[in-house]
Amino acid sequence: MKILVCISHVPDTTSKINFTEGDTKFDTNGVQFVINPNDEFGLTRAMWFKEKQGATVDVVNVGGAETEPTLRKALAIGADNAIRVDAVATDGFFVAKQLAKVAKDGGYDVIIAGRESIDYNGGMVPGMLATLIDANFVNTCIGLEIEGTTATATREIDGGKEVSTTQLPLVIGGQKGLVEESDLRIPNMRGIMMARKKPLNVVAAEASGAAAKSVKFEKPAPKGEVTLVSADNVGELVTLLHNEAKAI
Amino acid sequence: MSVLIYTESEGGKFKKAAFEVASYAKEVAAMMGTSVTAVSINADDPSELGAYGVDKVMAIKDDQLTAFSAKAYASAIQQAAAQEDAKIVVVGSSADSKFLAGILAVTLNAGYASNVVALPESTAPFAVKRTAFTNKAFAITEIDTDVKLIGLSSNAFGLKEAEGAAAVTPFEPSLTDADFSVTIASVEKATDKVSIADAEVVVSGGRGLKGPENWGMIEELADVLGAATACSKPVSDMGWRPHGEHVGQTGKPVASNLYIAVGISGAIQHLAGINASKVKVVINSDPEAPFFKAADYGIVGDAFEVLPQLIEKLKEFKANNA
Repeated sequence: MKILVCISHVPDTTSKINFTEGDTKFDTNGVQFVINPNDEFGLTRAMWFKEKQGATVDVVNVGGAETEPTLRKALAIGADNAIRVDAVATDGFFVAKQLAKVAKDGGYDVIIAGRESIDYNGGMVPGMLATLIDANFVNTCIGLEIEGTTATATREIDGGKEVSTTQLPLVIGGQKGLVEESDLRIPNMRGIMMARKKPLNVVAAEASGAAAKSVKFEKPAPKGEVTLVSADNVGELVTLLHNEAKAI
Repeated sequence: MSVLIYTESEGGKFKKAAFEVASYAKEVAAMMGTSVTAVSINADDPSELGAYGVDKVMAIKDDQLTAFSAKAYASAIQQAAAQEDAKIVVVGSSADSKFLAGILAVTLNAGYASNVVALPESTAPFAVKRTAFTNKAFAITEIDTDVKLIGLSSNAFGLKEAEGAAAVTPFEPSLTDADFSVTIASVEKATDKVSIADAEVVVSGGRGLKGPENWGMIEELADVLGAATACSKPVSDMGWRPHGEHVGQTGKPVASNLYIAVGISGAIQHLAGINASKVKVVINSDPEAPFFKAADYGIVGDAFEVLPQLIEKLKEFKANNA
């Protein structure tokens, strides 16, 4: 089984978000970058397939050279090969087209992407990629089992979950639930040393125009002070929520 | 040339998100000088959409589409958009809408902006405001393709009733076996509970509640308010509550009208996930908890003392305002 895991290089979840160049660019100054959490759950599930069922696991990212440490981390966790498509990831459609080329060339059985990246939150790449390569697709995937060429995938729906079956090749939009938080792996020294020797192939991007672009960013308006209600006068909160906030 | 919308229904009844998407599309259509066409799938009364500005409904009735299939639904919407020569297509932000949107964008060859929170800033270039960085910021996104796909955030635009009636015409998309290549084996869904995605009010509990055995208070408070229940990440990681209730950056996003956090300190990842909620209330015994900086209303106090009183007061309020 050949598995491809798509890795987004994103600011750490605790990062303060700021913009620069007249609010047109994300300010990377002092920001720590990590594997997108939704992708990391998928990568860890891929490691499980590798160890229990025998699979090769490649990881891919669309980005500049600055994203290579993130790919190296994925290799240190246990991926076999890394591919970096050398391009600025302008929009989801562009990224999906780049990933589709890598996916077609590699002939993968299973492609795991996160349901969304935590920076641009587009949430579009997995579905676009599946459609571009004519593979089956399950989004918001919280469970994945594979037997031969049949996959059983559990999807989170609004207010519950849904189990479906389908044939490989399959693309999933993964998230927490594919594995638990406690299953995530911190690379050990041996993994880090080995990752230095593993292949990281840089490939040129396919020519493709951008379908969309973020031209400006804004931060939410600063919040006013919290209105505190005494714990001895809880009824006051009900009154405020009704009369002032109009929330009940 | 109309603005085409996908209006979600469940068990034949339109979801609130369908009316919200219609309300939004009505104003977009006005900016573009055109009308609104809706696609409904197995809705009992498609003409209801007229009350929210829809001019025409392409009503699909097809037993094959009783269960949701992202590919088949996307194919049906794409065919409707092609027939209408729609340049703008709007869907919602439910799990199902987000599932089909990526597929639809490719088949329409459309640039797609998800989590859109406001009317277009301009129509040429076509620019919309959407949330980014998990609600820590907004991005103005320009869509450059001929056909444009918009995913509207839940509860961001609200409902706007309109005068007029919708002309309902049957629509029969042509679907193939390949559209049903993902087969549903089972669905597990709490029918007696409000889902976090659909909820107007969400009541959320954190570690401050000390253990899963104390969740009765959270559920009772949610019952009184007709709210969905949710929890913080540590609570779901410890297995006190199911993953489906985890809200925050790596969990579910919340965009309710009212969010009540009990015993949640307010880590930056949690606040990001719930920030789109309009009114935020925190109840926490620690006055230094970061949530107090993000909340509109707060009570510094012990949840075990405050909640029973709050439930009592809300019951009185509901009884007097029924």
